[in-house]
Amino acid sequence: MSYALEIDNLKKVYSGGTEALKGISLKVNEGDFYALLGPNGAGKSSTIGIIGTLVTKTSGNVKIFGIDIDEDVAMAKSMLGVVSQEINFSQFENVIDIVTTQAGFYGIKKSIASPKVENMLKRLGLWDKRNDQARTLSGGYKRRLMIAKALIHEPKLLILDEPTAGVDIELRREMWTFLKEINTNGTTIILTTHYLEEAEQLCRNIGIIDQGEIVADTSMKDLLRKLDVQGFVLDLEHPLDEVPVIENYSLRLEDPLTLVTAVNKDKSLNNLFNELNKLNIQVKSMRNESNRLEELFIEMVKK
Amino acid sequence: MELPKKINIATTLWTLTSKEIRRFMRIWVQTLVPPAVTMSLYFVIFGSLIGPRIGSMDGFDYVQFMIPGLIMMSVITNSYANVVSSFYSVKFQKSIEELLISPMPNWTILLGFILGGVCRGILVGIIVFCVSLFFYPDFTIANLPLTILVLFLTSILFALMGFINAVFADSFDDISVIPTFVLTPLIYLGGVFYSINILPEFWRSVSLANPMLYVVNTFREGMLGISDVSISFSLTMISIFILFFTLFSLYLLNRGTGIRE
Repeated sequence: MSYALEIDNLKKVYSGGTEALKGISLKVNEGDFYALLGPNGAGKSSTIGIIGTLVTKTSGNVKIFGIDIDEDVAMAKSMLGVVSQEINFSQFENVIDIVTTQAGFYGIKKSIASPKVENMLKRLGLWDKRNDQARTLSGGYKRRLMIAKALIHEPKLLILDEPTAGVDIELRREMWTFLKEINTNGTTIILTTHYLEEAEQLCRNIGIIDQGEIVADTSMKDLLRKLDVQGFVLDLEHPLDEVPVIENYSLRLEDPLTLVTAVNKDKSLNNLFNELNKLNIQVKSMRNESNRLEELFIEMVKK
Repeated sequence: MELPKKINIATTLWTLTSKEIRRFMRIWVQTLVPPAVTMSLYFVIFGSLIGPRIGSMDGFDYVQFMIPGLIMMSVITNSYANVVSSFYSVKFQKSIEELLISPMPNWTILLGFILGGVCRGILVGIIVFCVSLFFYPDFTIANLPLTILVLFLTSILFALMGFINAVFADSFDDISVIPTFVLTPLIYLGGVFYSINILPEFWRSVSLANPMLYVVNTFREGMLGISDVSISFSLTMISIFILFFTLFSLYLLNRGTGIRE
């Protein structure tokens, strides 16, 4: 198995003495869609910063497609694209110049870059805004521009540091579709996000980092399998005065028309509905109580 | 997996240099017009109004004597200002990350910014020279190769100094302190408006410690054929400083001072 990213015993101590990374090790397979999650200050951005050489590591090794960043940094970086958390382009240049210039920084001549830039801007819905100054773009379009910039040299590994922070739901879904598409076409993607639903929807594997240490590094399926209990919210047809009692199911009333239940993995939902039917309680609709990954995440970073 | 081919360094350098040129051309009202206006005022006031009362300086009309000094003053301030403001801006806006994440080697990043500063410095120098021709149409350059050489060396030197200033700068105040409190006084006292031969012995000796004096006088030697200092000594010192500041800038970039956490 070849790895898109190998991190070995990576440590970072900032000049003030803060130990951001306490020797983390991580491997991301080629072609993977990997989620790197963790609370604020856990060390995600330090890790990404070191991979992109924006942050100087204290010790440890980082390899991108087998190339050590200490041995051939230029070659390693030519295979990497990074979408940073904060906007990092010149606000006074226009969109097309920003992306064309970024291609030039990777050694792509303008004559070769121009059709690629046109294609990329069209794919990301930025073509109509190509002559607009970056500072006039809305937050969502600025995010798209960040992605266009990171992808213009066709990196084999794309790292996105909270790419959908502050963007509306419609754009977020569009980005998901776009990212899934480029992952299917062979780009390895590492994603950090605070929207755990996003990680659950997109990623096959997941690493959880907390206080500078990796507390989980597994497949999304295996991680979610660890959940024993799942919460459901039932919207009722008629209001209830008191909480019904059903053996083996814990129930509570959120309001007279909303019943919340926690169902153990070994218990069937059919049984619950049968019991509710017996009590003449009609369920109009049902939804998950909260994001499953969120529950696990909170549990893991609490330890 | 197929590894990418070698990075085309020439393209990366051209991209950064042209970006820098585009930047100062886009804001030409702030970068190219002010030196023309300011120098016109100097020529009107010191050249046309006060100059005739001063008479000649080292055997030249006063306005003619001032021309090389004023060109040099513009070249120094603009080469410096271009790099210090541009590099600090990319740090401030975080667009420095575009460069640091890319495979561009550090020497290319340095060279790109320096060439941007040199281009602005020389362009402003040409503009000021053209303005001076309105006030002294008969001006002829005594030694063109020396003039061009000094023009290039000076703009490289001060672009490098601007770069180092920007690397250490943490605020916009930091990029204006040195130009205001160090460069400007040294330039004004560096023989732009007078020959040090008119100074008393003590102040003439003090003036010899001012590096601007060598830059201005070497350029004046090229344009007029007169100088208060030794040309070979001046050229050697300028070259040594360029080498020193280049190595120091590369050291700072490799170390990540002010740009990497």
